[in-house]
Amino acid sequence: MTQFLSLLLNGISLGALYALIALGFVIIFKSSEVVSFTHGSLLLLGAYSIARLSDAIGFLPAVVVGILITALAAFVIERLIINRLRGAAVISLAIVTIGVDIIILTELIRRIGSDILNVPHPWGGESFRIGSVGLSQNRLIAFIVAALLIALFFVAFKYSNWGIAMRASAEDGETAALMGIRQGRVSALAWVVAGVLAAVAALFLVGSPTPGVSPTAYAVALRAFPAAILGGLDSTGGALVGGLLIGIAEAMAAGYQDQLLFLGRGFSAVVPFIVMIAVLMFRPSGLFGTKELTRV
Amino acid sequence: MLSIESLHVTYGGAVQAVRGVSMEVPDGKVVAVLGSNGAGKTTLLRTVSGTLRLHRGRVEQGTVRFDGTDLVTKDPAQAVRLGLVQVPEGRRIFGRLTVEENLRAGGMGNRDKSAKAQAQQRVYDLFPVLKERSSQRGALLSGGEQQMLAIGRALMASPKLLLLDEPSLGLAPRIIGQIGEVIAEINRQGTSVLLVEQNATMALGVADLAYVLDVGEVSLSGNARQLSETDEVQRLYLGHDGGDERRVRVPSGKKLSRWTA
Repeated sequence: MTQFLSLLLNGISLGALYALIALGFVIIFKSSEVVSFTHGSLLLLGAYSIARLSDAIGFLPAVVVGILITALAAFVIERLIINRLRGAAVISLAIVTIGVDIIILTELIRRIGSDILNVPHPWGGESFRIGSVGLSQNRLIAFIVAALLIALFFVAFKYSNWGIAMRASAEDGETAALMGIRQGRVSALAWVVAGVLAAVAALFLVGSPTPGVSPTAYAVALRAFPAAILGGLDSTGGALVGGLLIGIAEAMAAGYQDQLLFLGRGFSAVVPFIVMIAVLMFRPSGLFGTKELTRV
Repeated sequence: MLSIESLHVTYGGAVQAVRGVSMEVPDGKVVAVLGSNGAGKTTLLRTVSGTLRLHRGRVEQGTVRFDGTDLVTKDPAQAVRLGLVQVPEGRRIFGRLTVEENLRAGGMGNRDKSAKAQAQQRVYDLFPVLKERSSQRGALLSGGEQQMLAIGRALMASPKLLLLDEPSLGLAPRIIGQIGEVIAEINRQGTSVLLVEQNATMALGVADLAYVLDVGEVSLSGNARQLSETDEVQRLYLGHDGGDERRVRVPSGKKLSRWTA
């Protein structure tokens, strides 16, 4: 029971981080109709910037600058490439983002080399305990920050002008344009927000219990894709539920791996994808997705 | 106010949708554009509102000016800021947004806060039902209410010229009458209106001037009242049949029965 609770807590905190990444993925899809595969390299860029800058300017300034760099990169990708290709087929845009992702990723891998960069989180690797149930402090803080950001996001999405402009143009782009809503702006802002969310997730994903920044951090972002997809690609609520579901499933599979040994070691790494496939078999448009994703 | 001169528009470089149309919307007037499907009515509105490019259409020739500003190179957001707002065909309200959010979306291009507050008041005065339903989702409104919301949403941008694309589409005759009254009232409050319609009775009832489009060209134009008395308009759009050649003849001895395939 203790182990179960502990795994559940870990799963939820990991899931909250997946949800941050998946939210970015979903709002990009909603606002620019792009399935963006650049998220992996954006995440790694955030982690790398924070790690490198920490030595020079200290941890907190590095976090701020690292988040800004990631947001800026997302903004530049949207302005330079995505915005100019508006109207192209969804599939070609997706492949364009894969290309961009590979370019950024290759450069980052070259810079990181075989090192494992350390992000000097001021909170150590200790665990926080309630009775015998433990959670690393990093994950606890991650959960609190992610929960706050997600709440802030949903409030903004519901009440702010940006949120309304975004939902209006996601529902009917041409009509939104007729109302004077500038879709380019809505889409650029969505990319910036997605960049910020990815960088924040990166900050915590490279802390305890993960060793540090290495190209493997990229694989973490890949696991947030199934979170977005199983929630329904165009549903923000779905991204949240999907993230938590994937996080918990992964933590459980890792925690009970001795019992699951017959499936092979490292099974937990593929669990997110198995969960995604299982969900899509029964609900092809995801848990909360709208049935038709194409617009005329 | 709005002046269109010898406008030619094509889609994909091949289909000629509008061929040499010239048209004027004078300040403070209601101008109706009549025509059947494929006459080029919607294309004309797209050119004015800046959405032509979204449909791969192109202005080949001619000018479209609004208070002297060239509209051909403007995007929809710029057109809205100039004071031109279109109510799209088929209402196209945001069904997942509440009535209030729909109106907020309509006011997005309106920078002036006090103008926006005034516009909101105007919309609620014109359509009290929208105030009652302000927290309901747009999709839950009836067809007539949705059309009111679509018009109200456009008014939120405080337009100088309101473009309406077939507001009577799919509505009951009684509601169409109401829409006509609303258009007249909006015009009385100082907004010019360009009304594209297939329902000639309603359109000619509220319009000062009218144009009839036929396969991309203006076939008739003039004072709306005079136009509604011409034989051609009577026959083609108002359903007053002159001769009997169009009447359905039932061969003697047979009765019309329900169609059972």
